[in-house]
Amino acid sequence: MVIAATLDGPSIPWVELIPILSLLAGTCFLLIVGSLVPTWPRRGYAWVTGISTTVAIVANAVKWNNLYYNKGETFFADAIAIDRFSVLASITICLAVILGALMMSAYLARMNADGPELYALLLTAAIGALVMVSANDLIVLFLGLETLSLSLYLLAASNRDREQSQESGLKYFILGGFSSAFFLYGVALIFGSTGSTKISGIGEALSGNISLINADAMLLVGIGMLLVGLGFKVSAAPFHVWTPDVYEGAPTPVTAFMASAGKVAAFAALMRVLLVGLEQRVDDWRPVVWALAILTVFTGSILAVVQTNVKRMLAYSSISHAGFILVGLEAAGHMRGDGVASSMNYLAIYTVLVMGSFAIVLAMSGNTDGDTNLSDFKGLAKRRPALALAFTVLLFAQAGVPLTAGFVAKFAVIKSAVEANSYVLAVAAMVAAVIGAYLYLRIAVSMWLEEPESDSEITIDPAVVIVIAIAVVATLIVGFFPELLLHATRLARFAPR
Amino acid sequence: MLSVAQPTSTWYLVLSAVLFGIGTVGVMVRRNPLIMFMCIELMLNAVNLSFVALSSQIANIDGQVAVFFVLVVAAAEVVVGLGIIVSIMRRRTTLTVDDMSGLKG
Repeated sequence: MVIAATLDGPSIPWVELIPILSLLAGTCFLLIVGSLVPTWPRRGYAWVTGISTTVAIVANAVKWNNLYYNKGETFFADAIAIDRFSVLASITICLAVILGALMMSAYLARMNADGPELYALLLTAAIGALVMVSANDLIVLFLGLETLSLSLYLLAASNRDREQSQESGLKYFILGGFSSAFFLYGVALIFGSTGSTKISGIGEALSGNISLINADAMLLVGIGMLLVGLGFKVSAAPFHVWTPDVYEGAPTPVTAFMASAGKVAAFAALMRVLLVGLEQRVDDWRPVVWALAILTVFTGSILAVVQTNVKRMLAYSSISHAGFILVGLEAAGHMRGDGVASSMNYLAIYTVLVMGSFAIVLAMSGNTDGDTNLSDFKGLAKRRPALALAFTVLLFAQAGVPLTAGFVAKFAVIKSAVEANSYVLAVAAMVAAVIGAYLYLRIAVSMWLEEPESDSEITIDPAVVIVIAIAVVATLIVGFFPELLLHATRLARFAPR
Repeated sequence: MLSVAQPTSTWYLVLSAVLFGIGTVGVMVRRNPLIMFMCIELMLNAVNLSFVALSSQIANIDGQVAVFFVLVVAAAEVVVGLGIIVSIMRRRTTLTVDDMSGLKG
C-alpha cells in the first residue's frame, strides 16, 4: 500500500519505556501463566508483582542517574517526557505497588482467595500511574488516567462477599467517570484555543509565539474544567465527597494503594499541566488553587473529628494531606522558592505514611475486613503493644510532630508558601494542622488509655509486619535526616520545552 | 431564493455544550446507575463532538485523532461499569443508588 509506505511514525526509544514494559510483562505473566498453572507456590503472585516492580524501580534509578547533566527529554513526538520529576514520581508509585502487593498477599491469604487477578490489576493501575506522571500530551495523560482509574474501580469492588466493597466500587466508578468527562471537556476546550494537546505545545502557544485561535473565555473555561477533573482525582474539597465512602468500602490494601499511588499520579499530572503547560496563565489558576487548598485543609481536618471509623478518619486525613500538597503547588505558582520540591517531598513521605497506617488497619480489620471502627482499636496497647506503638509513630508523623517524616513534609510546604509570600495560606495550613492533630491524638488516646473491648487474638501476617516496619523506619530516618529526601526532590525538574 | 443559514462550527460547539449539560444534570438527578452511566457516556460523546468541531474549525487533525482514543476509553468504561453493576445486581433484584447507602458518616 502506497499510503502505508509513506506513513512515518515517531521513533520509539524502547529503553525509556523499560519501567512500564516491565510492569506490563509482569501483568501478562500473571494473567497467562496464572490461568495455565492452577496452583502456585505460596505468595507466588506477590513475588512476580514485586520482581517486575523492582525492575521498574532499578530502571528508574538508572535513569535518575543518567539525567544528572540534562533536564530531561521528550519522546514519542513529545508525548512522553522523561525528566527527574517523572522519574521521582515513578519511583514513589513503584514503592507503593510493592507495599500494596505485600498487603494484598496478607489480605488474600486471610480471605483464602489467592489469585492473580488483583495483582494484575494492581500492576495495570501502576502502568496508568506511570504514564500519567510522564505524560506530555493531554490525551496520553487521559489514557493513563483512565488505565489507572478503571483498574482502581475494579479493585475497589473486588470483594464480592462484602456489600460495602461493591457499593464503593459503584460510587467510585460513577463519580470517577463523571470527573473524567470534565477533564476531557477541559482538554477539548484548551485544544480549541491553543491548537495543541501537547502540554509543552500549549505552553508555547500561550507564551505568545502563536496567537490564540479562539476566544480567551474558551481557554479559561478549559482550565476550569481541567481543574475540576483533576480536583476530583486528588480529592480536593469541594470535590472530595467520594473519598471517605470509597476508602471505607474498598478492601484495605486497595484503599492504601489508591490513597498513595493514585494521589501521587494525579498530583504529578496536575503539577505538570499547571506549571509547564499553563505557566503563562499562572495568574488565572493560582487563585483557584489557593481557594482549593484552604478549603481542602480545613474540610479534611474538621470533618475527620466527627468520624467513628478509623478508615474514614484516615480518608479525611488524606483529604487534608491533599490540601497541604495544594499549598505547595500554590507556592510553586509564584515561580520562586521550592514549591515543586516541597510538594514532591510531601507526596513521597505521605505515600509511606499512608501505606503504613492502612497496613495497621488491615492487621486489625478481622476476617471480614470490616472491623475498622474506633472501638476496635480501644486498648490496643494492652493487646499488641508493638502494633500500638507503630501506629502511634505513624499517626504522630501524620500530625506533623517533629523528628518524624510528617514534620519534614509539612514544614517544607509551609516554608515554601512563606518564601512565596502566601502568608495567609501558610497560617491557614498551620491552623488546620493543629485541628487535624486532634484526630490523630484521639486514635492514640483510645489505643493507650482505654480498656480493650475484646481480647481476641490479633494475628498479623508477616507481609504486613514488613510493610509496617518499612513505614516506621522510613518515617524515623527521614524525620532525623530530612536532607536525604529534600535534596533529591530539589533535583526534580521538568523537561524543557 | 430562500437563504438558509449554513451550520458553522459554533453551532456544533453550542450543541456539544448543551449535550454535556444534559449529561451533567442527568448524572446528578437520576437515581438509576444505568441511566447515570448513560449520562456519563453522553458527556463523553459531547466532548467528542467538541473535538471534531474544533478540529475542523482550526484545521488541525489532532482533535479528530483524540476522538478515537476517547471512543476506546468509553468502550473500556462500559465493560468495567457494567461488570460492577451486574455483580451488584446478583445480590438484589432492583437497583437504585439510594439503596447503595451503607457507607456514610
